[in-house]
Amino acid sequence: MSTLMNTSSRIRRFGGLKALTDRFTGMELARTSKELVLPMVGILVFLGFWHLAAPQVNTSLGSFPGPVQVWEQSGQLWQEHINQRERADKFVIMQEDRNARILAKNPDAEVKIRSYPGAPTFVDQIVTSLITVMAGFLLATAIAVPLGIVLGLNRHLQAAINPLIQIFKPVSPLAWLPLVTMVVSATYVSEDPMFEKSFLTSMITVTLCSLWPTLINTGVGVAAVNPDLLNVSRVLRLSFWTHVMKVVLPSSIPIIFTGLRVSLGIAWMVLIAAEMLAQSPGLGKFVWDEFQNGSSQSLSRIMAAVLAIGFIGFVLDRIMLTLQKKIAWNE
Amino acid sequence: MSKPHLELTGVEMSFDTPKGSFIALDNINLKIKKGEFVSLIGHSGCGKSTVLNIVAGLLQATKGGCILDGHEINSPGPERAVVFQNHALMPWLTVYENVELAVQQVFRKSMTKQERQSWIHHNLELVNMAHAATKRPGEISGGMAQRVGIARALAMKPSVLLMDEPFGALDALTRAHLQDSLMEIQQELNNTVIMITHDVDEAVLLSDRIIMMTNGPAAAVGEDLYIDLERPRNRVTLADDPTYVHYRQEVLKFLYEKQRKLESITPRRNNQTTGTNMQKDTAPAAKA
Repeated sequence: MSTLMNTSSRIRRFGGLKALTDRFTGMELARTSKELVLPMVGILVFLGFWHLAAPQVNTSLGSFPGPVQVWEQSGQLWQEHINQRERADKFVIMQEDRNARILAKNPDAEVKIRSYPGAPTFVDQIVTSLITVMAGFLLATAIAVPLGIVLGLNRHLQAAINPLIQIFKPVSPLAWLPLVTMVVSATYVSEDPMFEKSFLTSMITVTLCSLWPTLINTGVGVAAVNPDLLNVSRVLRLSFWTHVMKVVLPSSIPIIFTGLRVSLGIAWMVLIAAEMLAQSPGLGKFVWDEFQNGSSQSLSRIMAAVLAIGFIGFVLDRIMLTLQKKIAWNE
Repeated sequence: MSKPHLELTGVEMSFDTPKGSFIALDNINLKIKKGEFVSLIGHSGCGKSTVLNIVAGLLQATKGGCILDGHEINSPGPERAVVFQNHALMPWLTVYENVELAVQQVFRKSMTKQERQSWIHHNLELVNMAHAATKRPGEISGGMAQRVGIARALAMKPSVLLMDEPFGALDALTRAHLQDSLMEIQQELNNTVIMITHDVDEAVLLSDRIIMMTNGPAAAVGEDLYIDLERPRNRVTLADDPTYVHYRQEVLKFLYEKQRKLESITPRRNNQTTGTNMQKDTAPAAKA
């Protein structure tokens, strides 16, 4: 078994050389086609099907947008963002000029600095959503990993908490949202709030929905540490803290990461729904506003948002995968 | 004889099972001298590992107790280092870091950083693994990983080295090689060693003394055989040595005549290691 593993790792080590010599052979060609050509074919077939099928679906806002309209609207959304930025820059310059003039006349005058009042663009909403999802996900991780370790180490505690986990895990974000909103508005009262209430509401909803996979996986990973390694730890008389940091946590890192990837995926899905329902800034609100707007371009713009949501979710997962490969020892 | 180094007195071990309590060990008494190499041999399921785990402190005897250098053993500790059958190295640490984890823990206060570094290297060199210090356990062979496991145990400067079938998972050639290394190291350091084995040749070749255990349940010490062969021992010349052959026969007689284990082959198919060992040991030709 171990010799087998050894040989395979040796093959991997010389893989670079092999790839060089095989570059133009049929096998390599077949692999490139599998990795690159087939996915491209898949996407093209989908686009073709979409292009043909879309005009057949008629809605009150006109026919369903095909890829061409969505592409045009994506460009439009980007252009709007650029225009808005220019206007915002002009606004800042004008404001500075005006303030400078006022100060020149009367050095003691109180000048007001306002932020640009324009509506957030599509790109702004993406950025808001990304910040919210990362904040919610990080908070979920900060709760789930330590709690999972404690549960994994203590069978009794796990038996006590497990029913709660099973019950709360399947709860939809939409059910949490009203409660979170009310609690946040009641408890987060401050003259000069550091965060917007809407941001907190979305973030906490994301946390509540996305912490379960990480929590469960961490618990499972911690409970499944090789008993031999636990004995090594006992023979060495490692302190509780060293035991957790040097044996338990590294041993469960691969399974924790699997949980984190699922959690992040859920966080992203939940966020869009939460933003839509709560009308808090972000991609979800963009979709909802376009829907309410009901112009002839609305459907194309929503479709552009759908694709952006999907693409961002994919990129987030890829980032987690790369991180996992960097950190986890079994990759 | 002065006070024994390690003493087991009236050790009994019973486990609670749904069908009532199961007595694994019954009244084990052993006195082991400093520097003695003792093998525990017996059929599988006879409680050899239980004895070792009690000495290690990983298990608590139900009755009786275990005294090392005048102190009762109640919990595990690095002065009773264990070499596990499947090396039990942390797969996420390199060879060096695995030994470092132990050295760091045991000599944090008594050694400087430089001293610890050279001590880790010294132990890796002792088992001929210094060249692979930066490798992970997954990148080296089973035999090499087992060497590192031994280095880690030795690096704790244990007063007793406990080995639970240390070479059981290795192929015959690697095993012979590691046995020779272990003999050399033992000659140099003069550790007290308790080793569990299934292999009669291994027991006779390495030990000063072989404790043969009766079949469980309620296993006890059956025979206590002192191996009076000069060291260093050479497996090739010993193969013909009449004393060696005699000792070997003694152990075989105990295992396959006095404590013969009657079991049909088919229902125990999952326990193949025992099966192959038995065949090998009953074969007339000695392993060279």
